[in-house]
Amino acid sequence: MSKKIVIIDYGMGNHFSIQKKMNRLGYNALVTNDAKLISNAEKIILPGVGHFGKAMENLHQLNLVETLNKEVLQKKKPILGICLGMQLMATSSEEGGTKGLNWIDAVVKKFSITDQLKYKVPHTGWNQIKRIKNSKLLNGLTDSPEFYFVHSYYFNCKNNVDALCSTNYESEFISAIEHENVFGVQFHPEKSHDTGMQLLKNFIEL
Amino acid sequence: MLKKRIIPCLDIKDGRTVKGINFVDIKDAGDPIELAKNYVEQGADELVFLDITATIENRSTLIELVQRIAKEINIPFTVGGGINSVEDVAKLIEAGADKVSVNSSAVKRPELITEISNQFGSQCVVVAIDTKCINEEWKVFVQGGRTLTPLKTVEWAKQVEQLGAGEILLTSMNNDGTKAGFAIDITNEVSAAVNIPVIASGGAGSKEHFKNVFEQTQATGGLAASIFHYGEIPIPDLKEYLKEQKLAIR
Repeated sequence: MSKKIVIIDYGMGNHFSIQKKMNRLGYNALVTNDAKLISNAEKIILPGVGHFGKAMENLHQLNLVETLNKEVLQKKKPILGICLGMQLMATSSEEGGTKGLNWIDAVVKKFSITDQLKYKVPHTGWNQIKRIKNSKLLNGLTDSPEFYFVHSYYFNCKNNVDALCSTNYESEFISAIEHENVFGVQFHPEKSHDTGMQLLKNFIEL
Repeated sequence: MLKKRIIPCLDIKDGRTVKGINFVDIKDAGDPIELAKNYVEQGADELVFLDITATIENRSTLIELVQRIAKEINIPFTVGGGINSVEDVAKLIEAGADKVSVNSSAVKRPELITEISNQFGSQCVVVAIDTKCINEEWKVFVQGGRTLTPLKTVEWAKQVEQLGAGEILLTSMNNDGTKAGFAIDITNEVSAAVNIPVIASGGAGSKEHFKNVFEQTQATGGLAASIFHYGEIPIPDLKEYLKEQKLAIR
């Protein structure tokens, strides 16, 4: 099918898996950091695993911040941030004390666990998400679908209206966000079996 | 609530799946991709691939295999065996692996854990610890369980956490291949001593063994090979049973 999807390549891992999942859904997705190709795309996926500070450094070095700002803030193109890709959409992060893309008024914080015997960090494995508001991104999913998580930091929204889903790990944290054309998921849909495939399909078909 | 993970492990030699009994004898249990896809459909929560050949001439075979796995399956998977450098890790991550596991190379050069963690994030570094109880003391073994080290298991586990490991895969050599149950004592000790997830491995022979390890230790995952390979415990039956036992299972 001819939807133009780009996966941003900025040296922070796992775009291969996402690209293959797109292929499986019947879409071609381009892995790129080329401003022109990003500008031609209809949908953008911002993946990422690893360190927040390093990720922002890479985005700056590749001149991607300006490109993404233009596409997302001016042209209002739908973008899906996955894991670290979602966190980068915040104002800043405690990880490396770095400024983020600042598309969502939020701070990324390290998990502060009281019962350390029971709750290990990184939060690793399958956990449920609860809907905070309705969204096309969640079409066809059950009330509390399960997704695969692996992260030590979480997204702390200033405005509740941006929160799409929450997940419990000792306490509730925001596990997905939606603000106009900006979507983010803390979990890995590309690693979450059929449920994850459905969410990726929903994003492409928005 | 976070679910307890059921993790089939596939030992790979020259691109085929094998399983050692007590780390020595090896039987052929099939094609890794077919087996992996089958596990995913059955409800496996994650997969581990351990390359036990790991000779230099076969590294490229492994990379090709990892690419195929990443294409075919849509749950997380870890790849281990013969990883000695950040460059080795980069190749596997680029090929689509979610995590890598290091064992002997981390004991030999502990900074490797930090190097990988700094480059790719701690979430992708699994430190595999093979342990055996000798004179009532749990010690770390390397080289596929052939070589005893002076390291005490709990101390080493704490150290790898400090160095940047994101997860520990703890295999009790006393239990591995016996089907007599996981090593509850050392699994409990290690999982209480560290604040990163611990996967219990070695000794699973029945559904009750998974129940016991999840109820009596802080392990967040249980890993097994032969009981899944040979269909002795179908994963759907195991998960149904654990749900009936009120454990958090996907």
